[in-house]
Amino acid sequence: MNFTANGTTPSGRETKSQSHKVVQVILRWSLSGDNQKPQEEESVQAFRRELVRVGTVEEYRKNPEFAADPEEYTSKALSLYPAHKYDGYAWGMSIDMNSCTGCNACVVACKSENNAPVVGREEVAAGREMDWIRIDTYFRGDLDSPEAYHQPVMCVHCENAPCEGVCPVGATVHSPEGLNEMIYNRCVGTRYCSNNCPYKVRRFNFRLYSDWTTPSLFGLRNPNVTVRSRGVMEKCTYCIQRINAAKIQAEKEDREVRDGEIQTACQQACPAQAIVFGNINDPASRVSKLKAQNRTYGLLRELNTRPRTTHLARLRNPNPEIKE
Amino acid sequence: MDEISQNSTPRTDAPSPVIGPGHSYGSVTDKISAIVLTQPTSKGWWFGFLVSFSLLMVLMASITYLLLKGTGIWGVNIPVGWGFAIINFVWWIGIGHAGTLISAILLLLRQTWRTSINRFAEAMTIFAVSCAGIFPLIHVGRPWLAYWLLPYPDTMGAWPQFRSPLVWDVFAVSTYATVSLLFWFVGLIPDLATLRDRARHRAAKIIYGILAMGWRGSAVHWHRYELASLLLAGLATPLVVSVHTVVSFDFAVGVIPGWHTTIFPPYFVAGAIYSGFAMVMTLAIPIRAFYKLEDFITMRHLENMAKIMLATGLIVAYGYTMEVFMAFYTGHAYDKYMILNRFTGPYAPVCWALILCNVIIPQSLWIRRVRASVPALFVISLIVNIGMWLERFVIVVTSLHRDFIPSSWGMYSPTRWDIATYLGTIGLFLTMFYLFIRFLPMISIFEMRGLVPTRPKTGERA
Repeated sequence: MNFTANGTTPSGRETKSQSHKVVQVILRWSLSGDNQKPQEEESVQAFRRELVRVGTVEEYRKNPEFAADPEEYTSKALSLYPAHKYDGYAWGMSIDMNSCTGCNACVVACKSENNAPVVGREEVAAGREMDWIRIDTYFRGDLDSPEAYHQPVMCVHCENAPCEGVCPVGATVHSPEGLNEMIYNRCVGTRYCSNNCPYKVRRFNFRLYSDWTTPSLFGLRNPNVTVRSRGVMEKCTYCIQRINAAKIQAEKEDREVRDGEIQTACQQACPAQAIVFGNINDPASRVSKLKAQNRTYGLLRELNTRPRTTHLARLRNPNPEIKE
Repeated sequence: MDEISQNSTPRTDAPSPVIGPGHSYGSVTDKISAIVLTQPTSKGWWFGFLVSFSLLMVLMASITYLLLKGTGIWGVNIPVGWGFAIINFVWWIGIGHAGTLISAILLLLRQTWRTSINRFAEAMTIFAVSCAGIFPLIHVGRPWLAYWLLPYPDTMGAWPQFRSPLVWDVFAVSTYATVSLLFWFVGLIPDLATLRDRARHRAAKIIYGILAMGWRGSAVHWHRYELASLLLAGLATPLVVSVHTVVSFDFAVGVIPGWHTTIFPPYFVAGAIYSGFAMVMTLAIPIRAFYKLEDFITMRHLENMAKIMLATGLIVAYGYTMEVFMAFYTGHAYDKYMILNRFTGPYAPVCWALILCNVIIPQSLWIRRVRASVPALFVISLIVNIGMWLERFVIVVTSLHRDFIPSSWGMYSPTRWDIATYLGTIGLFLTMFYLFIRFLPMISIFEMRGLVPTRPKTGERA
């Protein structure tokens, strides 16, 4: 792993947090009272760790590369294993945090497309929700009128996926098109992949969450997606059923899959078009162009996971005449 | 064995003997074999056995319920995917290490004081590994498929993924269990023959006779025995280091702050020996009092074990210090947060209790009076056992519960089923131990005979 080692911020470049108001939250480090303010602390840490990258328009004009990951995140990275080669398609995604309003449509779309079970209040409270995509919301600024930042996060399909190496049965593997695939049949449920996932996007069937017995519910489900049983891990697949359907259609018509032909469920539902999916081997595709923008950054790229899904930094342009 | 018996002739530098005065070959054999063969089963044994057996039934019930309902009956969640099961696995497997150290390394180093604690320390190893082995099997989501971690000719052509430390674990732990069991059984054979010869009851004669595998004590038998035990000791010695090293890889190979450190292998091994000797002490002290074995398990033994605990405890303390130091020395933001969170976050009381149990209290072992006090040693050994359990809790839970992305932070708390399963394995361990001290010689008879002071250079084993 390629950790960087300088100061409180993971990267060595000029920190954006200096140009912003310091979060007006007092961290309470005490023996047991730490979890009294967990949400404030989460937001503080999210900005300190540069998970959310925000700049004003002036800052962007001054330094258009303000959000970019430093070169050494990937250039200095070493691996024992040869890199994957992608001759055909290489699927990727770009998520624009400028567009995202945190409406949660993607979460609902994903849940119904992928037969993700609804687990109920107790299980959610126990930390076992089964959403493949989530919208992380962090706050900054004054407690009375905080700025809210929404960040959709799902499996980022790392090129060097920490989950793949630790699965003892090879139930999560890399596809020739760059997807990190889950093989439900093979999964025995050690949960090591989830522990080792820095993004914590993996979801585990701690109980038999899917209803396998009520016939009236069968019609509710997407027939193209496996209904998972107890004891297996699951996570975002980039809607592989849609990818394969489009590929089969393209093959029948003896052509390549067209850009925009595959839409993931989250992308389809997003009213702001914040999520774009496509072939990153094709430089003309919409997703490739978005990824080439200088606002692009990868979540936790300093870990050398090389996420396929990248985020576009948020730009703010508040009207100085508007006062609260 | 010749060297051992020669070494055991009166030493000038020895603080206290490894065997009480006035013993002959006959009295040693009588005293140890009587516990198995002639002494009536005491009420104390029955009481202890029944309590342990009830706990074993709790284990059965909790595993049954687990198989019915799934891992969801435990407190594990996302982000804390491993909880009590893995903590207990590492704890139990660590405890086993003292047995192997005593039986293998101390044998090769010709340490005569190991003799009387060797047998039950090895038994402790096997029982502890049995308890440990349960957890990886039942903690997976689909326990009935756990055998997929084994490389076997699968009709589907599937094969384990050998980059995963969990597969290394399978080999490390199963090798360990096999070698320990063989070593223990081979060491038992001469004593089983003694029991066969002394048994009055017909069933006992037959059972011990079968287990003794035709041992007659001829010179050829002894020669082969010596060779076999040396070979097994040679095989077991690297296992003392390798098993817990591989267990530590489960964590060190991960990317999670608090897991991803190179110090884990040595510090896990030291911790394993630390907790192992604590457990030997916890078991030896009541047994020697109950069966009046003070002549065989002398203060010398207890003091030596206390010294090993002190030494390994210091290595463990060094490990803790280095974790904190490296977090700040590297300046790595996530590691720094991990350390701060450990010592000041929601699980801080656990972490401070660990420091108290593993680092601060055992320092009292520097004082000779503490090492000479049996009750004090017993209490300290219990505290170290608890401390080592807490250490694993801190490593597993506090590292996982707040890792990289704050939105996914969570808390872990065990459910009643987590606790029942843990208590249940303690029941399994104690049940096996009670059966062991009732049906097998808990101290090696023939090796103790070798320690009896005798005219030098005569026949070693009468």
